[in-house]
Amino acid sequence: MTTEGAAAPIASPRPYEEPLVSVRDLKKHFPILGGFFRRQVGAVKAVDGVTFDIFYGETLGLVGESGSGKSTIGRVMLQLDDATEGTVTFDGIELTAIKGEQLRRIRPRMQMVFQDPHASLNPRMTVASIIGEPLKEHRAAKGSARKERIEELLELVGLEPGHANRYPHEFSGGQRQRIGIARAIALNPDFIICDEPIAALDVSIQSQIVNLLQQLQAELGLTYLFISHDLSMVRHIADRVAVLYLGKIMELAPGEDLYEDPKHPYTRALLSAVPVPDPKVEATRERIILEGDIPSPAHPPPGCPFNTRCPMAEARCSAEVPAWRELASSHWVACHFAE
Amino acid sequence: MMSSQPVLRVSDLTTQFDTQDGVVHAVNSVSFDLRPGEFLGVVGESGSGKSVTMMSLLRLIPMPPGEIVTGEAEYDGVDLLQIDIDELREIRGGKIGFIFQDPMTSLNPVLTVGYQIEESLRIHQDLPAEQRKARALELLDLVGIPSPEQRLKSYPHELSGGMRQRVMIAVALACSPKVLIADEPTTALDVTIQAQIIELVKDLRETLNTAVIWITHDLGVVAGVADRVVVMYGGQIVEEATVDHLYEAPQHPYTMGLLGSLPRLDQKGMDLVSIPGSPPSLLKPPQACTFAPRCPYAFERCHSENPPLTAIDETRKLACWWDVENERPRYDD
Ligand SMILES: Nc1ncnc2c1ncn2[C@@H]1O[C@H](COP(=O)(O)OP(=O)(O)OP(=O)(O)O)[C@@H](O)[C@H]1O
Ligand SMILES: Nc1ncnc2c1ncn2[C@@H]1O[C@H](COP(=O)(O)OP(=O)(O)OP(=O)(O)O)[C@@H](O)[C@H]1O
Ligand code: SF4
Ligand SMILES: [Mg+2]
Ligand SMILES: [Mg+2]
Repeated sequence: MTTEGAAAPIASPRPYEEPLVSVRDLKKHFPILGGFFRRQVGAVKAVDGVTFDIFYGETLGLVGESGSGKSTIGRVMLQLDDATEGTVTFDGIELTAIKGEQLRRIRPRMQMVFQDPHASLNPRMTVASIIGEPLKEHRAAKGSARKERIEELLELVGLEPGHANRYPHEFSGGQRQRIGIARAIALNPDFIICDEPIAALDVSIQSQIVNLLQQLQAELGLTYLFISHDLSMVRHIADRVAVLYLGKIMELAPGEDLYEDPKHPYTRALLSAVPVPDPKVEATRERIILEGDIPSPAHPPPGCPFNTRCPMAEARCSAEVPAWRELASSHWVACHFAE
Repeated sequence: MMSSQPVLRVSDLTTQFDTQDGVVHAVNSVSFDLRPGEFLGVVGESGSGKSVTMMSLLRLIPMPPGEIVTGEAEYDGVDLLQIDIDELREIRGGKIGFIFQDPMTSLNPVLTVGYQIEESLRIHQDLPAEQRKARALELLDLVGIPSPEQRLKSYPHELSGGMRQRVMIAVALACSPKVLIADEPTTALDVTIQAQIIELVKDLRETLNTAVIWITHDLGVVAGVADRVVVMYGGQIVEEATVDHLYEAPQHPYTMGLLGSLPRLDQKGMDLVSIPGSPPSLLKPPQACTFAPRCPYAFERCHSENPPLTAIDETRKLACWWDVENERPRYDD
């Protein structure tokens, strides 16, 4: 780290080979309080023991249905929320073991882009002050240097220098997301968590933002965790993909392997449920229709979390939690019967 | 199916809203037909006028600030925009069922599911209480709700999102409608639940022969269910075609851009086209092609005249001055 607070370049990273971020047995349980004394009567097991790495320069896609724990994983990784159990290590530093000033000094290297560009930008601040805020807070640049940096950032994300003195409401959703991205890259981070960055945008604007994220990744050597429920977009952008269900990872594999040869019954059902924008393909596709709803994370079923809806489930599935196994090279699955 | 008389015929529908910022030209001279038993997909980005079009023809927009300026909506020999409101109420929720994205028009939180289905039967059909109950039960069963007897006594908040959507469909289908209008019925649902609902509506349409209008952002959903598709942009229909033709050879630059901007689950590696710019302001009536500022093919005429929706062959209508296939202006006059 330089004294200015902007991130130092990583010493000779080996792209796609060494983990930049490692998550081990991570759990996040939210207490459920009840009764007269507001005592803890249960817990929402939002994240219930996940393990994965994110390699330098890659994009890891994190997919899962609503409430599966995607955002919670992101928040705990950035230490915006405490972990209940487990560790998060970033570039060799165990984030779950440090606090205060130590943590504050690492923060600029890890950023987040949020889903809702309307809610995440302060309506009373100009674009320049929104983008300049992290520069100011971490004393990365001031005066004319800050002004220059803001202009440079605007250009990087495809906005104009003239936009600097305007307010968020004067921009469209896509432009607002560009402002959020400019703010996220202001301090030269190594790692960005994109939490549903396109979910609130129109289809024609989504591709603009995804193209921008890819271009910035190439130019700035960024590593991404891309959280989304859009499995088609994740296929497009991610190198590897993790599939989450009820706070646990069901399958983790390189994109091609996961989409062409899914091993877990949940991944198969999930992929088969995604409509493809091509009537010919749709007419012939086999669809696995799952029955029932996702159980509540406050009362996950015993054994495999998917056993209540799984077409392959047998007695063993509700008795025994399936092991996290590497079925083929880099292809991890949690299912008793996957092969 | 294709040759029979339309069950619904909308022509020249124009709806405006009087707002603080000025008049919003939400829907501009929209015309389309719906044939019996047909599945019509309506796509377009946020604010393109999809909901206002459908709410207008059932006169469900707030008036004021809304005003239906011109248009006809012919159903079963009457004009829905002219008949008196009691007559319209008979049809609405009776022969024309609807599921709207607006929570105001969805389920009532303080009434049981059973009551709400029976209510619809009470208004539109003259059935004794016993039979109403039996029919409500049958409907819940039809839309695939487990232990329907018990569910009749449930309140909406006791159900999951997918179950609530099934109940809404049950309410909409209560009186065996000829037309079902569904506005983004699965947008808020997870994909595995969406797949359940789509399957359900496909089945129901086969058994009941109901014509369906399905509004969505999702061009994937439409590809799987629709016979014909209407593409809206800036309050107008810009292209209308059979589903196969639309996806195989889109003719409007907006449709082309939209399809090109979609990643696909079954393919990797293509670059995503991005349509530059953003959707038009609706504060002025369209005097030019509303897509012109974003269109890679735009030429002079596009900036000065609004192209009308015109049949270019038997299965397609298009509102564009440019002929993308022959790379020249479409009408030489
Ligand atoms: N602060 C909190 N207190 C209690 N429960 C919480 C809290 N934050 C999240 N949860 C619960 O944890 C579970 C996981 O939530 P999370 O927001 O991580 O899911 P998600 O996968 O991001 O879903 P979505 O796709 O809807 O954004 C949910 O059941 C949610 O209700
Ligand atoms: N009550 C209202 N008052 C003023 N303007 C309105 C009102 N209802 C709709 N509009 C405007 O009419 C236009 C068309 O809106 P509409 O809801 O039909 O879009 P849509 O295509 O359904 O979009 P979405 O995909 O977001 O649902 C928008 O510009 C909208 O702001
Ligand atoms: S372990 Fe059993 S229940 Fe779980 S996914 Fe595999 S087969 Fe299904
Ligand atoms: Mg989330
Ligand atoms: Mg709408």
